[in-house]
Parts: sequence; C-alpha cells; structure tokens
Amino acid sequence: MSIRTNKEAAVKVAANLADSGFAADRREQTLGTALTDYWTRVRSGDLGSLPAILGLVALVTLFTVLRPETFLSKGNIANLFVQALPVTILALGLVFVLLLGEIDLSAGVASGVCAAVMAKLIVEAGQPWFVAVAAALVTGLVIGTAIGALVSLVRIPSFVVTLALFLGLQGITLRLIGDGGTVPVRDDVVVALANRNMPIWLGWVLALVCVAGFAAVELLRHQRQRKRGLAGRPFGVTAARITVLAVAVLGGTYLLSLNRAATPSFDLRGVPWGVPLVALLVVVCTFVLGRTVYGRHVYAVGGNAEAARRAGINVTWIRMSVFMIGSFLAALSGIVLASRLNSVTPDLGANTTLLYAVGAAVIGGTSLFGGKGRAHDALLGGLVIATIDNGLGLLGAKAYANMLITGLVLLFAASIDALARRRRAATGR
Amino acid sequence: MNLTGRARPVADPAGRLVARSGLPTGASPRWEPPVTPLLDVRGVDKSFGPVQVLHEAALSVHPGEVTALVGDNGAGKSTLIKCLGGILPMDAGDVLFEGRPVRVSGPRDAAELGIEIVHQDFALCDNLSVAENMFLGRERRRGLVLDEADMERRAAQALAALSIRTVGSVRRPVGSLAGGQRQSVAIARAMLWGSRVVVLDEPTASLGLAHAQQVLEAARKLADRGLAVVLISHNMNDVFSVADRITALFLGRTVAQVRASEVTHTQVVELITSGRVTPTL
Repeated sequence: MSIRTNKEAAVKVAANLADSGFAADRREQTLGTALTDYWTRVRSGDLGSLPAILGLVALVTLFTVLRPETFLSKGNIANLFVQALPVTILALGLVFVLLLGEIDLSAGVASGVCAAVMAKLIVEAGQPWFVAVAAALVTGLVIGTAIGALVSLVRIPSFVVTLALFLGLQGITLRLIGDGGTVPVRDDVVVALANRNMPIWLGWVLALVCVAGFAAVELLRHQRQRKRGLAGRPFGVTAARITVLAVAVLGGTYLLSLNRAATPSFDLRGVPWGVPLVALLVVVCTFVLGRTVYGRHVYAVGGNAEAARRAGINVTWIRMSVFMIGSFLAALSGIVLASRLNSVTPDLGANTTLLYAVGAAVIGGTSLFGGKGRAHDALLGGLVIATIDNGLGLLGAKAYANMLITGLVLLFAASIDALARRRRAATGR
Repeated sequence: MNLTGRARPVADPAGRLVARSGLPTGASPRWEPPVTPLLDVRGVDKSFGPVQVLHEAALSVHPGEVTALVGDNGAGKSTLIKCLGGILPMDAGDVLFEGRPVRVSGPRDAAELGIEIVHQDFALCDNLSVAENMFLGRERRRGLVLDEADMERRAAQALAALSIRTVGSVRRPVGSLAGGQRQSVAIARAMLWGSRVVVLDEPTASLGLAHAQQVLEAARKLADRGLAVVLISHNMNDVFSVADRITALFLGRTVAQVRASEVTHTQVVELITSGRVTPTL
C-alpha cells in the first residue's frame, strides 16, 4: 500500500472515530496530559513499577549511608548484579504462574533438583556441559508438566500440589547429592555464567544493540500509531523512556567495565556473562506476554477464566503451560545459582530462595490475585531483593534478622498489592 | 424509541395453532414456517447429574427477526442457550443450521457458524481493555505479533455502528466500566464477527430504564440488519416491544413457538407459569 492511500485511510478512520465519540483514542496527548493521566492511574491503585523504583532508591540510600565504604564500591555493584541473576530468572517464571492467580511454591527446590541433575551429569557421568544443561532444563520441563497436569487436569489447587512437591523435590535433591554432600561444579562454561566477564568491547556492543533495539521498537510504534490516526504516547514520553533505558543500560555497562579488582596487580572488569542472559530472557518474556496471542490469553485466563473459556480459549492448556514455563525458568535459575556457588548442595534452592523470588515478582508489581504483571517486574523486583540481601550481608546481619526482614519485606509487598487492588476496585479501574 | 414502524415478515397462518391448542408440543412444532429457519435446534436433552434440565427442548430462529425465549427461573433457558453456543455439551439433540445438520461441540464451532452469545454476566475480562475483550479468542495478528492498531480501530467502529458512545476509549480496561457500558461492549463484541445469530441472555436484567431501552433498540437494530436475534427475558413489556416470535420453555420443555402478534400478554404469562394456555372461546 502506498503512503498516500495509507494517509487517506487514516484520515477517514480519524473522521469516523471523531464522529463516534471515541475522541479519547485520538486526543493528541501532550507531556502534560500524559503526566496527569499517570498520576490519576497511580492514585487509583495502578502503581506499575513505582513501588519497586522507590524501594530501590530508598534501599540504595539507606545502605550507602550505613556502609559508605563498601556498598557502592565497584566490586560490590558487580556482586549485586550477579546476586540478582538467579532470583530474577526464578521470579520471571513465577510472573507467568502469578498472572493466572496460581502459585508455585516448589519453584525454588525445583531449581535445586535441576542443578543437582546437571552437577551429577558433569561430575559423575563426565558428560559435556551442554548435555548436562539440556538434561537440567528437561528436568525442569518435566516437573512443570507434572504440576501443570495435576493443577489443570486433576484440578488440585496449585498451592497444595506445589507444597507437596516442595517437600518431595527436596527429597530428590537429597537423594541425588547425599546427606551433607556437596557436588563441586568446575565445568568452565557453567562456572563462567556467574563468575566470568564478557570482553569489554562485547559488553559495549550488546549494550548498544539493546538500547538501539528498544529505541527502534518504541519509535516504530509511535510512528505506526500516528499513521493510523490513533493517539499514542506523546513524543516526549517515548523519548524519556528511551533515555531512561539508555542511561540505565549504558551506565551499568560503564560501571561494570571499570577495573574492580581489590589488588592493583589484578585486572577484573567486564559485564558478567549472566547479565545478557537475563536481559535476553526479559526481552523474550516481554514479547511473549505483551505482543503474542499466547500472552493475551494468559492475561485473559488470569482475569476471568470462565470468560476466556467461553471465548474459545483452551484454558486447560494455558494453565498447564504457565507451570511448564515457571519450572523451565526455575531450572535455568538453578544452573545460574550453581554457577555462582561453584557447587550444588542439598539445600540449594531451599530456604529463602522461593520467598525471595515471589517477593521480587510482587515488589516489581505483579499481582498475587492474577491478571496483572509484566516481565520486567521480575527484573526490578530482583534488583530490590538482591539489594536487601547484599546490604544485610554488608551490615553483618545475623541469620535470624535476615529471615525476619525477608519475611517482612514479602508481607509488605503483598500488602501494597492487596491495598492497591482494593483501591482499584473502589475507584472502578 | 420507534418499534412500531418495523416491517413484519409475511404472515404465517399455521403458526398460531401451537399455543391455542393448549398442549405441550415438545420437540416437534406442528407448524411449518414458510422459510427454513436459520438455526433450528430440536430434541435437546441435558442433565446435570440426576437432574434433567432439558427434555427434548426445541428452538427455531429466523433471520431478520427477534425471537424471545421466555420461561420461569429454572425452565432451562440459559442451559439451552449454552448448549447451542457449545459451552455445555448436549446429551441428545439435533442442530440444523440453514437446514444442514451441524455439530457444535465447543465455543469455536458456534463462532464459526456465526452464533454469538451475550451472557448474562457479560463474560468479560476486567483486566483487559475494551478492544482486547472484543477480540478475545480471535485476535488479529501480523505474523507472530498482535495487530493492536487494527483491533482498536475495528472495535471502535463496531461500537460506533451500534451508536454506543459512552465507552469513551477502546483502551480503557473493562473493569473501569459501569454495568451498562459493559453490556454495550458485550453486544458490540457479539456483532463484530459477521455473526448470523446473536443471543442476548437477560440483557436488561441489571440495567436502568434508559439503558434497557438502548439495549432493546440495539436488538431491534441487529434484527433489521438481517441477523437472527434471540432475546431471553422475564420482562413481558420488553418481549412484546421487540419480539417477532416467542418461544416458551416450561420445566425444560418447549411448550410454544408462536408469533408475538398472535398471543396476548396474559397467554404468555400462562405459558410461563403453567406450560399451557386455557383455550379462549
């Protein structure tokens, strides 16, 4: 279609819509109206990423004040990123499950089982890393399929199914690793995920590709909406979004590209290999949830399963698939965690792992009630959780305090979610 | 609103006998309509466990007409509709579409035939926008990617065609709409698909007077465009103001399929409450 006919069509549509009372879709938004709209949304309980960003700022300020020497040191910042990797990946999988209003309490220990499978294959069976990693991922898929089948076909509440697996899977890890045992992970590729850095140039290239890609997608959408006579974000907002992302990505790359070695004779710099992996996962999940039919159906089932069923959506399959995605990403998270710890122990993925991941998803803005949440919630929430974990470590907090605080943070995040939901219901959003 | 000036189809002399006879007609209406009904369901049985809700229920709907489906609570109106929409499987029964036997074993089958149901509870997802709800289950896409702009445009046009102006923006989440607006979205969704049969399940039950009128007008508008409209209602005023035909269910059986012009208000009430009509003269 030529540009001319396109334009004519757009004008025609615009004329039709103007007649029809859908002027709101065409109203030319300015930066001012966009800001007012945003504030109205926040006030009516649609908080988006606001709690996570405010929380991150507050925590960074707090720990900088309490530990000015260590917290913002180059080494610790890199450490923080690496700490956030496994929890972010696990939270990403949980976002899918939470979107349906379900829960996967076994995600943490599932990552432990998968990591144990990988470690045993490398160390005891002498398999190459790709076989071991593939086996771990398949294990994750099998666990997810089992949960999904029990929840969607047998119709046991997911809470009960995954609570049972929470115990059962820990048993499997214990059987694989042995009581009190440790399986060291020394495979170069696996260890590199969380412990080695990309060459400086590759870090910058990937960062630039990331920023350019985001800018291209945003600008293209902006242009397309204009062309079709539909109002979109004002250009100022689009530009601001691109700028914020560019500053965050390029700033992060810069910090990680500085030499952060403790001793001057040593050279330690570059972006850890796990970071682009997480970035890629977030991009893929954002695409799947936001731009594909599958993602739309996940939101629909989470919003109103019966309505989705009547619209011809295969609700059983959607329900099953989110658990498969959740456990698959849990497997990946287990691999990264094993890489970071250089070993697999029977308690890998147990203790606070799951609580951290659920906390990350909820702090990021994913609702426990289903139907609301985005992939980047896991990233923002993961950073918040890693900051808490990291900061408490620097403060030398005792184990009991650590547990108490983590529990309180999860409760706090869930309260915000519940209160925001009530607020939305009250204001009719 | 002006409902008096509508064109009635050619008179159907045989059609009156069913109700006047005062006998339950069950699955086999004794009159033959002049044209093949667009949708003709016969002999529908449906049980929920030990409770048989439908006994050989029947319903014929014709293009360009509003068929009112009446019956007391528990008569099986919604169940019959859900069976023909593929939402509930029927235990027995035939569905003829344009005279051809068809199988409706799921919502998708019904959608392919052009049967759309506006449910009593609207069946909308509160967390999705107006446009997203209207295209739910039938999203338009380009390659792998959803074509949002196209869906928003079509959604707005469909709402505009029904003269629904109160929604404001097709990007609003449905959760933020009032009851009447949700109803409008549900109706607009049903007619977005070049549908042939639109079923409205108690559309006015939860609405204020003004909005109920709008919905009835919309039903008439759809029929005047050549669609077959089925209107489930308890309100006799609604039924007589828009319906061309009336089908009455009593305890799961079809007890009458008549023209609205051939029965009185009282007779319909009698059909609903006792399943029969006392013969007049």
